Amino acid sequence: MKRAIAALLLTTSWAGVAAAADRAAVVETYADIAEATYGDSLATAVALQKAVEALIAAPSEDSLQAARAAWKEARAYYQQSEVFRFGNPVVDAWEGKVNAWPLDEGLIDYVDVSYGESEENPLAAANVIANPKIEVAGQEIDASVITPDLIAGALHEADGVDANVASGYHAIEFLLWGQDLNGTGPGAGARPYTDYLQGEGCTGGNCDRRAAYLQAATDLLVSDLSYMAGAWAPGGEARGVVTATPEAGLLAMLTGLGSLSYGELAGERMKLGLLLNDPEEEQDCFSDNTYNSHYYDGIGMRNVLTGHYARADGTEVTGPSLLDLLKEADGTLAGQLEGQINGTVAALGAIKAAAEGGMAYDQMLAPGNKQGEALIGGGIEALVAQTATIERAVGALGLSAVDFEGSDSLDNPGAVFQ
Amino acid sequence: MNRIRLALPLALPLALVALPGAAPAAPMGDPHLAVLRLSAAEAARRNEALAVAGAGADISFERFPGGAATVPRVPGEAALRSPSANMAAERTLDFELGRAIFDKLWVAAPASTRASDGLGPLYNARACAACHIRDGRGRAPGEGADGGTGSLLFRLGSGAGADPVYGGQLQDRAAPGQVAEGRVSLSYEARTVLLADGTAVILRAPGYLLTDPGFGAFAPAIGLSPRMAPPMTGLGLIEAIPSADILAQADPEDRDGDGISGRARLVTSTEYGAEVLGRFGLKAGVATVREQVARAFSADMGLSTPLLPDTWGDCTDAEAACRAGPHGQETGVRDGLEVDGQSFDLVAFYARNLAPPARDRIDDPQVVTGKALFHDLGCATCHRPAYVTAKLADRPEQSFQLIWPYSDFLLHDMGPELADTAPEPGAAATEWRTPPLWSVGLAQSTDPAVGYLHDGRARSLLEALLWHGGEAAAARDRVIRLTKPDRDALIAFLESL
Repeated sequence: MKRAIAALLLTTSWAGVAAAADRAAVVETYADIAEATYGDSLATAVALQKAVEALIAAPSEDSLQAARAAWKEARAYYQQSEVFRFGNPVVDAWEGKVNAWPLDEGLIDYVDVSYGESEENPLAAANVIANPKIEVAGQEIDASVITPDLIAGALHEADGVDANVASGYHAIEFLLWGQDLNGTGPGAGARPYTDYLQGEGCTGGNCDRRAAYLQAATDLLVSDLSYMAGAWAPGGEARGVVTATPEAGLLAMLTGLGSLSYGELAGERMKLGLLLNDPEEEQDCFSDNTYNSHYYDGIGMRNVLTGHYARADGTEVTGPSLLDLLKEADGTLAGQLEGQINGTVAALGAIKAAAEGGMAYDQMLAPGNKQGEALIGGGIEALVAQTATIERAVGALGLSAVDFEGSDSLDNPGAVFQ
Repeated sequence: MNRIRLALPLALPLALVALPGAAPAAPMGDPHLAVLRLSAAEAARRNEALAVAGAGADISFERFPGGAATVPRVPGEAALRSPSANMAAERTLDFELGRAIFDKLWVAAPASTRASDGLGPLYNARACAACHIRDGRGRAPGEGADGGTGSLLFRLGSGAGADPVYGGQLQDRAAPGQVAEGRVSLSYEARTVLLADGTAVILRAPGYLLTDPGFGAFAPAIGLSPRMAPPMTGLGLIEAIPSADILAQADPEDRDGDGISGRARLVTSTEYGAEVLGRFGLKAGVATVREQVARAFSADMGLSTPLLPDTWGDCTDAEAACRAGPHGQETGVRDGLEVDGQSFDLVAFYARNLAPPARDRIDDPQVVTGKALFHDLGCATCHRPAYVTAKLADRPEQSFQLIWPYSDFLLHDMGPELADTAPEPGAAATEWRTPPLWSVGLAQSTDPAVGYLHDGRARSLLEALLWHGGEAAAARDRVIRLTKPDRDALIAFLESL
């Protein structure tokens, strides 16, 4: 412990006042980009809310498509915020409310009986939309009126650890698209707009309660995002975590980049889906929008490195960046990381291009689809490569003493019995 | 409603419980390990290190409880989540994938996420990580009927073994459309222990009430064994200790007359068929990490694995609705299992590689005093400090390391106050396996709400010490007689682990 503090003090005194100010300015840019990104996530979610209200007021093919388009637009901004999640406990603890996965869609609405093994599957009817009273995890829940509080409280449990996932982007996605029953074949979910027709013509049953669920889940998303946008405003809780000291902020930036690159995106979201050949192990499984989710994760990482963010309204947020700081510390390393993150964006862009060209992400996961496997594998490889450089950047900025306290002794082979 | 009052602790005469015979004289094999022979130099080094460690002398190795696998000590939520420090870079993505599955929230079938469905039909938790909080121990359960018991689950049984209707474990949650087996409500009774220096410590004695039977009245003789999720630290290293080294410590008849009669538990391995040493689980009922992982998937989450392929987990024939309920596997896809072989292997790899953090303040005079007291008071008789793991062909992270788990991995009579009421066939009601102590000093930094001991009743390390009974009663009484500075030193030592 003593050694870590000494190292930190040394770093600060060597770097001098000017460099310390630079570091603080880099962290300010980062926090400003976070505030703008969550602000745009909120604004596009409010647009989604309006589109959902229009769909519920007058269900039609057009109003359904408009709501779906609004959801996809909202997703593009939210995904750019994911890089702010790791390394910041305020964001990480909150994130499950809006982006948790996998969804318990069978708890929310009807699902295709072919997804169960039993012909007389009692589960197909055991969902909140069809039942004003329902037993969840052994406890009866009064769901006679579907409200944001019901979803956030009784269904999507507050403590997170044994939550049913019943809220957030994916709940809304399921209510707009329905299940994707095409496996690794072409096609996304195909929920008809008539699922929202009130009275005659209603399909899927309980159209009033379905509309109420969609409305409540969207309202809840807006209020959750509103909280997080505020938490990044000056004086906000999430901003406070990273601006406490410049070093804490820089570590949060690099931790966010590294964790999203490696364990989360390369590992859990891409490699695991490839291993399991599961078309729905992807993120946006109902809408087949996964390629965009991955791609905008990559854009978010580039935003953090370059200190540059293109807002939804066309303006830009920019300032002193992590890349600038790295260039001063180690020009070669900075160039390498910049090249690698651009390479990642390109590899994720290749997946996006292929998906927009007709091969959806779930089709890429099909066993034996060599081209799909190569595309996803290219993304994984790029992410893994940049992770190693991000780890080196921690050392180049003199942050390793904080992160890996006591590691000097551990690196001494004589101290270890082997 | 059938309500059974099960007030614990209750005195259960040890003599009523039939114990299996003593451990065999001949050392048994370790079929789960690909053991390489040590060279003469390696064997000499091993013996020398163990001799020094056994004497309790300060040696620098102790700074690294997991040998070369030890990770830096970084208090906080992620303190117990790091992979073995000596893991090759190309294996770390497998560790991350294992973590993804360990953290994954499983959903009830049917769901679109076909590789993540199959939960239940009856279950205790939806994710491994739900009970093993941040890879540490479970949370101390809250009181009252509505608080639930969190990370605490309950084994069921009568004298003859598992309950014929409810099986070996109470599942208090159920998939939509299914009925949970029941609930346990918990209450605590305060109990004051007066230390020699006049300090009063208030302990909580738990009482359990089994309610809401889902499949007919509970049998009058049904018993409960509370089980708090233990930390995941160093499991692969524990698994790599040669059985012979653990068996050598057993003294079931207390021939050396020290009042401590550690008993090795032999279990039939699910994977190898043979009788092997049980070293995992709160009563040492499980031989290997793979078997422990399979049991947790099955009984706690209702998920099928290559080792335990039933989709309904712990449900019995009498629980027909559960057995007939939907499950999450299809023939020919992902090995026809809910948790396919590859995913299962990844979780086992993850579980083996959660690394012990480095010790803290080992040179601090208070910690040094505390360590000496730990040995002098007799704590180290059961909480054995050090081992050298086997040299392994295929597990470089765990191979030939000097490790400091502080456990003998044997069963000990811990007295009536800690006894359960559902003894397993191979372990008495009062018997518990000595838990390893490495990383115990980081428990509250990982999660402030953790509880210690097998049921989470102890809110602090001192409370945990004061609950020791049976074979450990004499050592506990010596703790009670300590002066405050000595007691503080002992706790400081534990916190440095």
